[in-house]
Amino acid sequence: MSIELKMAWRNIWRNPRRTLLTISAIAFASMILVFMLSFQLGCYETMINTSVKISTGHLQIQAKGYLKDKKMRLVIKDPEQVAKFLDTVEGIDTYTFRANGFSLVSSDTRTYGVVVTGIDPLKEAHVSSIKSLVRKGSYLKEDDETAALIGELLSHNLKVDINDELTILGQGKDGSIAAAVLTIKGIFTSGIDEFDRNVIMMGLKGFQEIFSMGKSVHEAVITADSLGDVSMVKQEIQNNFLKIKGGEYLAVPDWMEIMPGLLQGIQMDLVSGIIMYIILVIVVAFSIFNTFLMAIFERTREFGVMMAIGTTPSRITKLVMFESICMTIVGILLGIIIGSLVTLYFQNKGIYIAGTEDILKQYGIPDRLYPRLSLISATAGPLVVFVITFVSSVFPALKIRKLKPVEAMNNI
Amino acid sequence: MVAILAWRNIWRNPRRTIVILLAVIIGVWSMIFLGALMRGMETEMVRNSISTLTGSIQIHHREYRNDPVVENCMDGIDKLNQALSTSLDPGILWAKRVRVNAIASNARHTGGVTLVGIEPEKEAKISFIGKAMISGRYLTTEDKNKIIVGRAFLKKFNTKINNKLILMSQDTQKEIASKAFRIVGVFSAESEAVEKQFIFIPLLQAAKMLKMGDSISEVSIMLSRLDITGKKETLAAKRLTAAIADDTYRVETWQQLLPMMKAYLEMSGFFLYIWYFVVFVAMGFGIVNTSLMAIFERMREFGLMKALGMRPFQIIKGVVTETFFLLVIGILAGNILGFLSVAAISKNGIDLSALAAGAQMWGIPRKLYPEIWAQDVAVAGLVVLALGLLVSLYPAFKAARFTPTQAMRKN
Repeated sequence: MSIELKMAWRNIWRNPRRTLLTISAIAFASMILVFMLSFQLGCYETMINTSVKISTGHLQIQAKGYLKDKKMRLVIKDPEQVAKFLDTVEGIDTYTFRANGFSLVSSDTRTYGVVVTGIDPLKEAHVSSIKSLVRKGSYLKEDDETAALIGELLSHNLKVDINDELTILGQGKDGSIAAAVLTIKGIFTSGIDEFDRNVIMMGLKGFQEIFSMGKSVHEAVITADSLGDVSMVKQEIQNNFLKIKGGEYLAVPDWMEIMPGLLQGIQMDLVSGIIMYIILVIVVAFSIFNTFLMAIFERTREFGVMMAIGTTPSRITKLVMFESICMTIVGILLGIIIGSLVTLYFQNKGIYIAGTEDILKQYGIPDRLYPRLSLISATAGPLVVFVITFVSSVFPALKIRKLKPVEAMNNI
Repeated sequence: MVAILAWRNIWRNPRRTIVILLAVIIGVWSMIFLGALMRGMETEMVRNSISTLTGSIQIHHREYRNDPVVENCMDGIDKLNQALSTSLDPGILWAKRVRVNAIASNARHTGGVTLVGIEPEKEAKISFIGKAMISGRYLTTEDKNKIIVGRAFLKKFNTKINNKLILMSQDTQKEIASKAFRIVGVFSAESEAVEKQFIFIPLLQAAKMLKMGDSISEVSIMLSRLDITGKKETLAAKRLTAAIADDTYRVETWQQLLPMMKAYLEMSGFFLYIWYFVVFVAMGFGIVNTSLMAIFERMREFGLMKALGMRPFQIIKGVVTETFFLLVIGILAGNILGFLSVAAISKNGIDLSALAAGAQMWGIPRKLYPEIWAQDVAVAGLVVLALGLLVSLYPAFKAARFTPTQAMRKN
């Protein structure tokens, strides 16, 4: 340990009260930043996972152009081949196939225009959360061809219940008229109004028959092992597309492309969070700047004596900088530790904010919010605090260079 | 006497005073500025959703909001008209609408939409549509089979002005009514969802197509100025309800029509004040630290005063009064700085359109004009003043406890 470092460490404990207050300010700011950032990131992860679970999956394989136009004829012609290929890709948890068609859906008294989705009941249950969302009636069975699941709000709008019949009327893939009568087997509630108002699901086989799709489907919906694996899996699929026959007509959009609003919404919220953090850090920086400045005014005499016995001004500057760095490091370490403990506590217990359930539901967040501690959320904020406090200690330290030993020693 | 002494004391060492003031000013400024940003966003959000066909107040059939279909429409227009004109202040505008779900289709596409039948001239004055046309023309009352659609709708349906569009919906006889329209104009809106959802035709044509006769789905009323607390709207709605005196009609304010918005406003207000507290704590450490250092520098002075017979309580009073002056000056200067910075920004607003899709998801406007609320200024000022005085007690007690001999021996 160099002599400056040793002196710095001893110096800061010469006035323990001041040091403790400064450290507390730094620790407080770091703690708030660790907690808030973990909280935000935790909410985003929940939002992404819920949306991914309810409908889109992490990745999809679709015909090129389907994402934009949703045209009936843009299909995956040979899903079996795609399935065989997907079985060989690493990092994929599960996958399923779906087909979609816009139809007029009528009950006895009401008619609505809705997108009907054909799902593979067995595989779908592993990929999406739909099975667990069925609150009334039951989920589809493998061979159900004319049974349907319907969102709760849509069932209200159509004035239908379990076992009622729905007539659907749409256009098949070949342009023919697609018409059928479906029996409602289950009613689901996701809490996301948009989804509950606009979705009807039926067995994929039945769907393919009614809409003259043959064996083809519109989407292969893929869940990766984790959110972090998505880009890797996407790359892997893209690289090996040409192994599939007709692979050149396929595309692999990920959840960010399928739901651009979600990603940008998260970015937006992150930006407004960052503005708030910056303001907090500025306030903290000012209180620390003040403390450093006052400390230096107070110690003018001491510096004068040091200079008189031959210490160069740059060495004193170095000493003062070391002091502030020591305090900052102790402060942010404390902040990280306390912040992480607080975060971990709430990560287990969840945070409940009364009166916000209805809003959160729409973004797919359950009524308890769970922060999530990660390396980034634990270190990003404190790192910024470190840099800012360092910068704000430079100016007071530079004042030392202007001191003249005799004048300084005369200062009380 | 205490006040004069304190005032002179704080200017005895201007450098120290300015250092403490700076901390208070920056803290108060940050509170005012952040509050203004948030309030600006809130007001713009409410204004947007009100002008997106909500209005300040709406009247519907009792069942319509649960079940927005053509059967749940209101007749007895004469009575409604009379109630509206007698109970509302002159200058308040309203318009009648037919609003039902429908299916739009052309050769390439089919999709669900909300069909809105409007009185073109009146509607233009109360909702966004009046200023939203970007190409083609707006509707007139006489138009027979003309329709206007949103920009995003046009793109989704891959069509253009002058092309045909077929609308289908259920009429009052429970039959499917369908009619062909020609697109004459295109509108834009804050969000793509609105551009895709709503299509407009003249009220008379909608009523005819759906065999509704004279009846309508809703009346939308726009008060002359938005009151974000909703008090004015509630008052007007009460008067209207009394004037109509018929419980098949339901009068609701935007706060009732948009419960999510109301909950959001409450939540963000709560959150803002929590953040004020957090900022204060960050600032408070600095205030305590600097004033504590100042007290120690002046130890000799306090000892002398005590030796001259000043009581500890008087010293506490003196130090707290000094802090009081510092805080008041800091709060005032912080407010001035806050007002100036907000004024500088709100001339042009902050452009958020780079994050347009995200802004739509959260319902945030594309342009943000910060807005200062008296309530926030008061809360920020009070928080800083009250808590600032509270934390200044610590250095004050320290100062009061110096004994004359101990203090005067220093140096």
